[in-house]
Amino acid sequence: MANLTINGKSFTLDVEPDTPLLWAIRENAGLTGTKYGCGIAQCGACTVHMDGVAIRSCGISVAEAEGKKITTIEGLASGSTLHKVQQAWIAKDVPQCGYCQSGMIMAVAALLNEKPKPTDADIDEAITNICRCGTFQQVREAIHTIASA
Amino acid sequence: MNKHVSPRMNRRAFVIGTAAVGAGLAIGLDLPFGGPAVVRAADGSPEVNAWVVVRPDDTVVIRIARSEMGQGSLTGLAQLVAEELECDWSKVTTEYPTPGQSVARKRVWGDFSTGGSRGIRSSQDYVRKGGATARVMLIQAAADAWKVPASECTVDKGVITHKASGRTTTYGKVAEAAAKLTPPADVKLKDPKDWTIAGKGLLRLDTADKTTGAMVYGIDIKLPGMLNAAIKDCPVFGGKLKSYDEAKITGMKGVKKVVKVGDSAVAVVADTWWHAKTALEALPIVWDEGDNAKVSSETIAKWLAEGLDDAQPAYVGNKNGDVKAAIAGAAKKIEAVYNYPYQNHATMEPMNATALYTADKCEVWCGTQNGEAAFAAVLEASGLPAEKCDVHKVMLGGGFGRRGMTDYIRQAVAIAKQMPGTPVKLLWSREEDMTHGRYHPVTQCKMTGAFDADNNLVALHYRLSGQSILFSLRPEALQNGMDPAAFQGVAQSGEAALGYSVPNLLIEHSMRNPHVPPGFWRGVNVNHNAIYMECFMDELAHAAGQDPLEFRRKLMGKNPKHLAVLNAVAEKIGWTTPAPQGVYRGIAQVMGYGSYVAGAAEISVTDGNKIKVHRIVASTDPGYVVNPAQVERQIAGSFVYGLSALFYGGCTVKDGKIEQTNFDTFNSMRINEMPKVESVMVPSGGFWGGVGEPTIGVAAPAVLNAYFAATGKRIRSVPLRDQNITFA
Repeated sequence: MANLTINGKSFTLDVEPDTPLLWAIRENAGLTGTKYGCGIAQCGACTVHMDGVAIRSCGISVAEAEGKKITTIEGLASGSTLHKVQQAWIAKDVPQCGYCQSGMIMAVAALLNEKPKPTDADIDEAITNICRCGTFQQVREAIHTIASA
Repeated sequence: MNKHVSPRMNRRAFVIGTAAVGAGLAIGLDLPFGGPAVVRAADGSPEVNAWVVVRPDDTVVIRIARSEMGQGSLTGLAQLVAEELECDWSKVTTEYPTPGQSVARKRVWGDFSTGGSRGIRSSQDYVRKGGATARVMLIQAAADAWKVPASECTVDKGVITHKASGRTTTYGKVAEAAAKLTPPADVKLKDPKDWTIAGKGLLRLDTADKTTGAMVYGIDIKLPGMLNAAIKDCPVFGGKLKSYDEAKITGMKGVKKVVKVGDSAVAVVADTWWHAKTALEALPIVWDEGDNAKVSSETIAKWLAEGLDDAQPAYVGNKNGDVKAAIAGAAKKIEAVYNYPYQNHATMEPMNATALYTADKCEVWCGTQNGEAAFAAVLEASGLPAEKCDVHKVMLGGGFGRRGMTDYIRQAVAIAKQMPGTPVKLLWSREEDMTHGRYHPVTQCKMTGAFDADNNLVALHYRLSGQSILFSLRPEALQNGMDPAAFQGVAQSGEAALGYSVPNLLIEHSMRNPHVPPGFWRGVNVNHNAIYMECFMDELAHAAGQDPLEFRRKLMGKNPKHLAVLNAVAEKIGWTTPAPQGVYRGIAQVMGYGSYVAGAAEISVTDGNKIKVHRIVASTDPGYVVNPAQVERQIAGSFVYGLSALFYGGCTVKDGKIEQTNFDTFNSMRINEMPKVESVMVPSGGFWGGVGEPTIGVAAPAVLNAYFAATGKRIRSVPLRDQNITFA
């Protein structure tokens, strides 16, 4: 059993303590917006926020996540108002297949929390998610659009 | 959608042969232009025809048979239908018909296959006619109600007007009547220069759910009572499953069943996938690896190298003059040997499918690039007839050719069949996905070029040795043993023709098929052929002491479309003006998938092995551009895919197995490594080419040629990581 706080809600989940947070989120909490890509913290498709910091949820256990505030892509919007990153992603038509974009958006949202006006170098350093479709150009443009708003 | 459709009449039906839907399934292509009986969508709204459903609130539902995997065809195809329909784009939504529905209606939606950059180009004609036919019928219905000639009515954004009497109505109000009309025998399509919806860089129709986590991919399917399966197939291709010790995992949490899948795989079925995977990892498995376990990259390379020898048999794909005599009599000749490795598609979403099997039905939910091939696989794997099977397509988390295969679907059905009544979702781990791909084929190429005393290229001998995709996947498409697709990009004519005229030319292929299964990997054979030809063109230019662009131009007089895209790229990158200090340029062009493309790169190199790509320019002539914003994204994405393969890709074989198991050993470019791609679209009209793949061909040679310009060193082997060359 694990007690997790995800998107402001408390979940008591029937999982072993060493279960990766990713699978507890997807299979036990039923929030499938967070994606499995590699399972070894390489690709970033599973990125969520833990106490406001972007982390790769496949690489940490539910035991490590207990007592922390977890935010997934489903919890990024405020009610019916999409987060500025989600809005920019729609306005700039960023996603292609979209599979990596939950993780990409969570990584970008965390970056903008920390640095509201990131430089290209900041983006290069902070955004290390893999996108096989190759949306990087639109990702960068959308970040700058948000920063200059 | 309504699965109980009325029989339609007055249709032209064509019986066509298709390998895609499998043997024993006799079906025809029924052109979808309406008929007397009203067919209804699932919500009861009338179908004006198979492509167009109009709801009473004027929402237009456009049916899309091809699959969306990020390439944007769903939006592009909807634009083409909407353009002819003259509906309100803001009221357009889309819907996938199922392959089962299509077969039940004599393939009313035509081909579902989404590969070979054909999504738009090979269905644009009939989907546009679908839109145009519906428009004519909707206007006719209004005219009938008003008792005026249809010719006096006009339509704009789904609002029909009879100017003389001042009356207006909307598509939603007349759709019911329109659906009862006999469709016109023929319709005239718009000249693309008059397009107002197609040809515009409209936003995609499928973006919002991709930003909120709401988009459902195959991996996200949830069905009542569903269990989850993890699988291991024999790590040596062609090997078998010998035994496994189920007792070792009995009682592990959540485990429901251990099942054999075919003769080479075992799966654990559990309540959650994490439990299934954990138990599978703990399951002792004995494989019968067979003779293929003796194969390695070294043995493959040696076998392929033997095929470069002229004494070995080879298929001739493109030939003129007498290349051997011309080389023998030449003033100067140069030779080079290149190679290209296996590549995994590495879609971000690993392979998966969910199957529900009962005695009288088998349904599958999955991402697939070919709904009909998936449907045929379900029929075969379930043993049930067509009317008892169906495939529900969902968004693909990447395709790149991998999801045109049906291996994962067959496995899912084989598992579900052993658990009747229980839906089972099979998900491959990334490791399973990396080691059980359908890989970009492995090849080598020896090229010999010969010059006369004035440094004119008089002969080119291009001898390819390596794997054939068609030999493995579509042997019926071989021509007297030859794989015509092996010459993609260097063919004599057709949709992937060589752009150079050389008086004595010989392009041939010594086919060698290792046991590693090949597949259609985005760009397919154009990828390595473009590297070989375009890097060697650069070598030839330098051997002749000529500028690489000028050298090419002299050989391209008979291929003005190839030349036009090359010129467009050269102009945009400023080829004739010096590059910034320390920056060097490379250029390449190729034809593939019916389109003409060229690319140029500006790079700098530090310490001889750290490459910074500063700038990429790419041009394309696909005939017509349906959505320039999406074409731009396909061009940029092609560079990410092609350069990831060049720098980080490459799958090696040891003991018959693929060695790379995850993104730590099969890496992919990140945002910091990728510059902006400046795309130049030069559509010349009169033909329809594809855009999802051809540009990949020019990505690697543009950078490799720039690397030579920077360092004076030729790189003739991919990937660069094997040569300790990486991004700066």
